[in-house]
Amino acid sequence: MRLSVQADPFDLGAESTAFAAGATGAGAVVTFTGLVRDQGGSLSAMEIEHYPGMTEKAITAMMAEAQARWSLTDALVIHRYGRLAAGEAIMMVATASRHRAEAFAAAEFLMDYLKSRAPFWKKEITAAGTAWVQARDEDEAALTRW
Amino acid sequence: MITLLYFAWVRERIGLPRETVETSAATVAGLVAELAAREERYALAFADLAALRVAADQELSSFDAPLAGVRELAFFPPMTGG
Repeated sequence: MRLSVQADPFDLGAESTAFAAGATGAGAVVTFTGLVRDQGGSLSAMEIEHYPGMTEKAITAMMAEAQARWSLTDALVIHRYGRLAAGEAIMMVATASRHRAEAFAAAEFLMDYLKSRAPFWKKEITAAGTAWVQARDEDEAALTRW
Repeated sequence: MITLLYFAWVRERIGLPRETVETSAATVAGLVAELAAREERYALAFADLAALRVAADQELSSFDAPLAGVRELAFFPPMTGG
């Protein structure tokens, strides 16, 4: 398992290729990538703040749970912070397992938990001003299915 | 002595990212009441506790949790990762 919380951009293609190449014993790899939504062209940037220390602890615990529940052979989470432009990749999750159902379920579990339990906060910067992205009730409710 | 950390709009309202305080409060809510009584900017930041989350030593906690033994307390709005 590998976790990287970083300001720098990451190479989605290279990360996915390296993850699949290292997925010994797996028959399935699922990857998910989250992008900064353009908001119809009005977004000039997104600022992502996080809680160094707790971020790594919380995500490491989620990854360990995912690995145990779905017998993952491997998992990867990369999550950026700092100032990002529209269209940039914010984060990616990759999971590897013997069969695809486990890899898909584990990736969804990790996404649901990253949304509501990893200490990141997003702020949208537009020509009209800045606004913190509000947590959505649906995202909190999504955790109950696990 | 306890270290307080503030994130996102809580940090903006209070006007600083961290500070250390001396407190005799027994619970997180007790400490919040002390801060809110101290200055208006704290009262504004802590006006609606339902809109806030708290972590004690980097684990999610609650406002009625005891403060004994806690070294680092963080206040922030619901998280928006992913």
